[in-house]
Order: sequence, then C-alpha cells, then structure tokens
Amino acid sequence: MSRNRRLKLQIFRVAVFLVLGAFFLVPIGAMFEFSTRGVTEEAPRTLNAWLTIAQTPDLVAAIFASLALAVLTSLGMLLLLVPTMIWVRLRLPHLSRVIEFLCLLPLTIPAIVLVAGLAPIYLWMNLNISDSILTLAFVYLILVLPYAYRALYTGLAAIDVKTLAEAARSLGANWGTVMLRVIVPNMSVAILNACLLSVAVVLGEFTIANLLNYVNLQVAIALLGRANATVSIAVAVASLMFAFILLVILSFFGRPRTRVEPEPGIPFPGLTAGGPR
Amino acid sequence: MTTVIAATGVGTATASRAGVEIRLENLRRRYGAVTALDGLSLTLAPGELVALLGPSGCGKTTALRLLAGLEEADGGRVVIGGHDVTGLPANKRDTGMVFQAYSLFPHMTAWENVAFGLQMRKIGAADRRRRAVETLELVGLAGFANRYAHQMSGGQQQRVALARALAIRPKVLLLDEPLSALDAKVRVRLRDEIRRVQLEVGITTMFVTHDQEEALAIADRVGVMQSGRLEQIGPPTAIYGRPATPFVAEFVGLTNRLAGVVRGGSVEVRGTRIPLVQPDVPDGPAVALIRPEAVTLTSGADTSTGPLVGTVIATAFLGATSRVTVDLGDVRVLAQLATSDAASAPAGTRVQLTLRADPVLIARETSGATPA
Repeated sequence: MSRNRRLKLQIFRVAVFLVLGAFFLVPIGAMFEFSTRGVTEEAPRTLNAWLTIAQTPDLVAAIFASLALAVLTSLGMLLLLVPTMIWVRLRLPHLSRVIEFLCLLPLTIPAIVLVAGLAPIYLWMNLNISDSILTLAFVYLILVLPYAYRALYTGLAAIDVKTLAEAARSLGANWGTVMLRVIVPNMSVAILNACLLSVAVVLGEFTIANLLNYVNLQVAIALLGRANATVSIAVAVASLMFAFILLVILSFFGRPRTRVEPEPGIPFPGLTAGGPR
Repeated sequence: MTTVIAATGVGTATASRAGVEIRLENLRRRYGAVTALDGLSLTLAPGELVALLGPSGCGKTTALRLLAGLEEADGGRVVIGGHDVTGLPANKRDTGMVFQAYSLFPHMTAWENVAFGLQMRKIGAADRRRRAVETLELVGLAGFANRYAHQMSGGQQQRVALARALAIRPKVLLLDEPLSALDAKVRVRLRDEIRRVQLEVGITTMFVTHDQEEALAIADRVGVMQSGRLEQIGPPTAIYGRPATPFVAEFVGLTNRLAGVVRGGSVEVRGTRIPLVQPDVPDGPAVALIRPEAVTLTSGADTSTGPLVGTVIATAFLGATSRVTVDLGDVRVLAQLATSDAASAPAGTRVQLTLRADPVLIARETSGATPA
C-alpha cells in the first residue's frame, strides 16, 4: 500500500470516528448543557439539577428499584438460561430449535400485548403475594430473553462444549462441576454480555412499568420531566453514563488475560500459589 | 506381555493399580436405523494396548465411548477389573481418556488441568501438586506447567491431556484418535511417547485410530472393525501378514487384486501357483490379494512377452523402499522394493514380475482386478 493511500485511509478512519463520536456525544452534550442551565437565560450555569437528584426521594427510590430489578433480572436470566442452554447443547440438541424459538418469541410481541396478558396475573400477585415493584423482574426476565439468548449462544458456540464436558466427566466431575468449573468460566465474556444487555433493557424499560402502575427509573424520569425538566434530563444523562461505564467494564473483562510465561529454571512458577482450589 | 515399571514416582505408584482386565461382552448400539455396534466382544489383558482400527463409521469410537461411559449401550456388558460397570456414569468408571479434539480446559494452566481430576477425587492440595508435577515430568512437559492451552503446540497439548488422564491413576486408558490432528512428524514422535508412557505405567489401554500405520506400530494387538463387528484381532504381524478376511487384507496395507483360478488348495495367477491362507476354498475363478512386498521385478532379461511382463509407469520414493507401479496391459500391479533395486527400473522400463509364493487370501468377485 502506497504512503498516499495509507494517509487517505487514516484520514477516512479519523473522519468516521469523529462523525460517529459527534453523533453519540452531541445529544448527550446538549442534554448535559440543558441540565446545567439556570432558571433564566442570563442565570449562570449550575449543577442544581444534578444535586437535586439525591434530594428527590421518589427518584432515588426509583433508581434503586431499577438497579435492584436489573440485578434480579440478570440473576434470574443466568439461572434460567445458562444451565438450560448448556444442558440442551450437551444432552438434548434436538430441543435447541424449540428453545431458540421460545427465547426469541418476546421480540415479536409488543410490550402492550404482554401487559394485556400479564395484567390479570399481576393483579392476582398484588393481592395474594406482593405488590412490590421487584415483581416486575418476572416480566423483565421474559423481555431480556432474546438478547441474553443470543449473547450466550455466541459464547457457547465459541467453545467445544461437548469435548470439554466429556473430558471433565471422564476425570470424575459431576454435571454441576462440569457446568460451574469447566463450561461457565470459558463463556464468561458471553455471560457479561448477556448481563449488560439485560441491565440495559431493564434500565431503559418504560412501557410495562408505566402500564402496570409501577415507578421505575424511566417512569420517574417521565413524571419528573413534567415537574422539573432539568432534573429529569440530568437523570437521563446519569443513566446513560452508567450504561457507558458498564460497557467499559465489559471491554476490560473481555480482553485476553495476560499470561505468566514460565521463567527458565523455574518450571512451576504457578505452583507457589497453591494450585487449583 | 512384558510390562516395564520405571523408577519414577508415577510409574511405581500407578503400576500398583494398573493392569486390570477389560471385557466388552456382546455390546450393541444403534443410532436410529444405523447399527454402530453389532455384538462386539473383546477382552483386553491386563496392561495390554489394543488398537481398534477401521474405516469411518465402523464403530470403533462408539466402542471406546461405551467403555468410557460417555454413551449407553443398547445391550451387552462392560466389565473393568472384574466389576460390571455397564450402568455406571462416566465420572464413576475410573477411566482416563485422551480425545481427538484438543480438550484441555482453556481457562486452566497445564498443571491445573492435570490437577483437576485429582481434585475431583478429593486428593489434598500437597499430594495433588506432587502428582501433577510427577505426571507432567512423565510426559516431558515439566517446563510447561504454567502455560495455558493456547500457549502450547498441538503435540504439547495432547501430552498434557495424556498426563491429565494418567494423573488420576485410572484403571484403563482410552485414546480416541489422539494423534489425528497433529502433523506427521509430531504424530510419530508422540505415538512413540504414548507407547513409552503406557509401558512405563503398565496401564491397560484401548487406542482407537483409522491410521493403520499408527495401529500397527503402537499396539500389542490390533482389532480391525467393519460395520460394528470385529473382523480380526491379533498381533500387528498377524494382521498384516495373515489377514483373516479380504476386508482386513485390503484395509491394512496395500494389496494387488489379480484375477486367478483356484484349484486344489492353491490359486494360479498369471502362470504362478500360490498357496492359499484358507486351502478349503472351492475351485473356480477368484481374485488373489497379493501384497506389493510379494512382487519382485527384473529388467534387462527376456521382457518381450509373458503374463507378468509390463512397463514401469511410476515410482514413489518412500525412503528405504520405493513403490513401483507396473502396467501389465490389462491390470496395474504395485511392487514394493528396496530403493536401490527400484532405481534400476525407471519409468518406461520393460520388466518381468515375479510373484512370491506366500499364502494369499482370495476374494470371489473377478471383475475389477486392480491394485487396491
């Protein structure tokens, strides 16, 4: 490749990076700018809206409720999907199409239809079990299935699950050990991806919570937007930043681990650590 | 067979448990309409290495997997060391297995892989460490203990897999085409390494392969399988030199198929009378299965006419020997000769073939009599 062509390619890359960066950052910057405006046009910049977040009990409660829902949904998704998908891949491969269909089905059902179906169930749950907002985790679990399934499927496809499981079995491992000690550690990035997608879906969910009369983060932002637009925008920016930080954490975990090279004359450097536990 | 017990810790310690008898009794397994195993019965003597050889789909891997407990038999019994283990799951069978695909746990270092099975057996940390080190030393990988699978070559990975299988001191070692993913040179080296370790430890071993050279080189006995059945089992020399069936003769080594006529317990092929392995064959036309080593050639003599006169059309250099292809007009014949002899008959040379009178097997169909 000629030097001239390399330079053009480099310029193109930088231009694409800048355009896409602007596409993402300009709206966020505008939101941040809006959230720091004073009461009048002449008033100086202020962080009052951001400081108000912590002083708005309903908003704080909604933030914690959404975070709790994100954690519960992610845990539920992992407990439901990871063992099921591994088991289907190992022992019931003929069911893989059925499982895929079931997991992708929620993509085709509008949230409003889901609510129409779930409303009587939630009514019964509110009366007989609990009216806590955390019960939304059940419906959110359905919502995140397609995204989590795809992420986990990619992770499972990247490893030779059958051979690893058979190797572990022949060494004396039971099925629980096979899953937890052998398969899961080798799909950790896929699990993180699935969790991130689940958290993103839950933190951004509005329709179902609103229709079922629960106040989660998005509902709280919408309600606050009617009373105090700058605070609601500040919360929206904060939740975007939260998702961004999660992405950074994910990319950090997704990097290949640095490996210890054995030094000459020290054949077992790792043995000093005590070995596998 | 003679078992050599080395002075290493692993060898001594393992030999105390190694060398149990294994019996597969009338094993049957079907996959839908396909019969993978059709009443396989096989006994491995203590400390013996038996290689199961056969084409793809002959049932050799199924037999190994049934022995390992990775699949369930439709019928028959698996007996290891006198105990019926047919109903036991894989993790209770006390077998060590090396797989065709690289099977090291990618998130563990070599020694963590080796120590995994020991941990499953609730062996203490100190003992676990010692045995993992000893076993890695046994396979010559002491310096690679802290490496992950992706930091090792295919051959090194398979040696770690062998160490991992041996570290748990299993009653039986199962090798499922462990060399097939390796390049030729590494394959030969690791093959010898496996045999050395197996003899050192003295463990009863079943080795599955489709590579006849591998099977003949490594095994105490070779079992040739076809369509879920054992066609023949015996020492490598017997399998190669005295094949029991035409399938074995043609599958193991190269074979010339030459039309002839059976008469009185021998077969006449192009004017040469050759005794039969099974003399009770009824008279009539047949195809004689003749090894290339039983064919010699002379050039420069009277090579104008005759049933075994032909033209050299190709010579394949194999090192100490060469394989010469001779066109007799209606059929092509392979002859395996010392390279120095083959050099005297380059392509285009008219030669006279001679068939050595070693006992041969015959097949009954007479069409398509060509080198197999």
